Amino acid sequence: MDQFTLNLIVIGLSFALYFGIAFWARAGSTAEFYAAGQGVGPVVNGMATAADWMSAASFISMAGLIAFGGYNNSVFLMGWTGGYVLLALLLAPYLRKFGKFTVPEFVGDRFYSTSARMVAVVCLIVISVTYVIGQMVGVGVTFARFLEVSTTTGLLIGSAVVFAYAVFGGMKGITYTQVAQYVVLIIAYTIPAIFISLQLTGSFLPQLGLIGGYAPGGGEVAFLDKLDQVVTDLGFAAYTADTPNMLNMFLVTMSLMIGTAGLPHVIIRFFTVPKVSDARLSAGWALVFIALLYTVAPAVGSMARLNITTTFWPGATTGETFSAPALSIAEIDSNPELAWIRNWEKTGLLAFSDKNGDGLIQYFNEPAPLVAANKAVADAQAALAAAAADADKAPLEQAVTDATAARDAVLAEATLGGQTLAAQGIVGNELTTVNNDIMVLANPEIARLPGWVIALVAAGGLAAALSTAAGLLLAISSAISHDLIKGALNPKISEKGELLAARISMAFAIVLATWLGLDPPGFAAQVVALAFGLAAATIFPVLMMGIFSTKVTKEGAIVGMLVGLISTAVYIFIYLGWFFVPGTNWLPNTPDAHWMGISPAGFGPIGAILNFAAAYIVSAMTKAPPQDVQDLIQSIRVPKGAGAAQAH
Amino acid sequence: MADKTSSNAYWAANIRVIVISMVIWFACSFGLGIILRPALSGIHIGGADLGFWFAQNGAIYVFLVLIFAYAAKMNKLDKEHGVEE
Repeated sequence: MDQFTLNLIVIGLSFALYFGIAFWARAGSTAEFYAAGQGVGPVVNGMATAADWMSAASFISMAGLIAFGGYNNSVFLMGWTGGYVLLALLLAPYLRKFGKFTVPEFVGDRFYSTSARMVAVVCLIVISVTYVIGQMVGVGVTFARFLEVSTTTGLLIGSAVVFAYAVFGGMKGITYTQVAQYVVLIIAYTIPAIFISLQLTGSFLPQLGLIGGYAPGGGEVAFLDKLDQVVTDLGFAAYTADTPNMLNMFLVTMSLMIGTAGLPHVIIRFFTVPKVSDARLSAGWALVFIALLYTVAPAVGSMARLNITTTFWPGATTGETFSAPALSIAEIDSNPELAWIRNWEKTGLLAFSDKNGDGLIQYFNEPAPLVAANKAVADAQAALAAAAADADKAPLEQAVTDATAARDAVLAEATLGGQTLAAQGIVGNELTTVNNDIMVLANPEIARLPGWVIALVAAGGLAAALSTAAGLLLAISSAISHDLIKGALNPKISEKGELLAARISMAFAIVLATWLGLDPPGFAAQVVALAFGLAAATIFPVLMMGIFSTKVTKEGAIVGMLVGLISTAVYIFIYLGWFFVPGTNWLPNTPDAHWMGISPAGFGPIGAILNFAAAYIVSAMTKAPPQDVQDLIQSIRVPKGAGAAQAH
Repeated sequence: MADKTSSNAYWAANIRVIVISMVIWFACSFGLGIILRPALSGIHIGGADLGFWFAQNGAIYVFLVLIFAYAAKMNKLDKEHGVEE
């Protein structure tokens, strides 16, 4: 059976499972549609939360980010897990006690203001729509790669699947589908990881393999030391190298943590459990299931990095990096174990070019002067090519000659493995593209695992993207039907009418997400900076103040949210372009140009501080919240029923 | 009135548990994983230095223990103050 048929069968079976579950658990009331009737146990909810949370980015991209970013990209590991501590301690139990369906509804009641509720709706929709585009793109790309259809077709199939089970199932259908999706994705992630860990470290547990010995070298050298040595030989920064900017690493981690705690689609998952104590426990279970993937991810990333590097420098496996010549093209084409290189070259995720024509692929990190010199040569050649036919070409030709001479001087200076590049006849790095995503997607092939594991990884990637997309679409549709329509436009709408409105708004949200996903406006990759930064600067602070302060007023909350929203969005736009339109950024997105070295992804905590400060200042100047709001605050602070809590 | 006093005491106890937990949360991630890493680079856990291990694996284990310990402690507090569901 060929790989394509196998992919089709495994993905088809997983989809049949999701549809079956969605049909069995379809929602019959708004309580079931928004919060699964508040009847989901903490373990099941934890598993659904984990699938909801772990997106295409977690599944496909994170290990690659860590592989190439090393220690510095630990921000994703700590940031995307530490947020659950904040959820469990600071938000989930109190919001569950509040006992309603949406985040804006809490904001509206606690800050006794429909305007505050609407500002929260705006924040929620901006965050969730940005986030869902990335998921739809992930679905399209995964389908395209494994089912050999175009990205557009892949995206449309994915939308149809989400539509079928999310619109009819609501939160109830989504919850039980997510449980199945979690099982698929965690198996798909860990099986290749265990095999690779066994190959490289002899350890069955990838978590122990990461800190274990390097098995092919006899196990005496630590795996991480071996990796550091191999990559630094090739001119890359060591995998365990310290961060160049501790303040920025701190802030990005903090932004991801409080952003996680402020993501509406994650928060609403805690409305589905029966009791306050279950909400606390459920956050713990969610983290158990998330940690299964997140503690494995650094092992997957670092081991895949070593594997891909030793593939191109076979000498590094048992001896020194340069003790044997680089991988030859003849070997790539003749050795069936290396067929994956050509396979992934077709997708564009991997690219190589034999620049010096020696039949070998030399992979290394080009030093900065060589990169600059090569660019100067290319620019001079482009200027010459663009010159008009009757123009005087002599000065342009002279410029090309000069730039080439300057580049050759750099080649005579730069070294690789103790000899200059010129002496070895090397003109540049010949493995020109290694996409982050390949670290997970090609992992089973690099490790030579059977075809069904490859198919499973495809199904896992789709499960991760679909489950997150469904959760986000639910958050968007409930904000529209429950907060906007029932809360403001038409409070008298019937239960049946609201359920219909919820389904229509979800269908609308899917169409919008698909449309944006077909032609992503250049910002799919910036989702992290925007969605997490905004959640950190708007939703998280307003919920914290709503629970832990009795003094913050409606005016304070509104001004605070707007200050957080605008300051964070503006800071991101200054570096990434206004509304992400390419070329409209005021400053280049480089560490030197960042204010105090803070990257756009790290601004969330600053936005949150501005939000808190503005809210407290405005609250001090406005009339204190009324008595019924004070009673509400006292009531959400204790788990016992509302009547008893208000008896004073 | 008695209920109010009881729920104030409960809230104060809850805040105390939260503050202690947040100190641990901060110390294992931002502390050991980021700020103190250079200072503690001499200490190793297997093949990794202490700060690196906390940043890539250890902090996550501490987060897990922290949430379950918090949930257990709060269940106890709920009962002591008679505010359980």
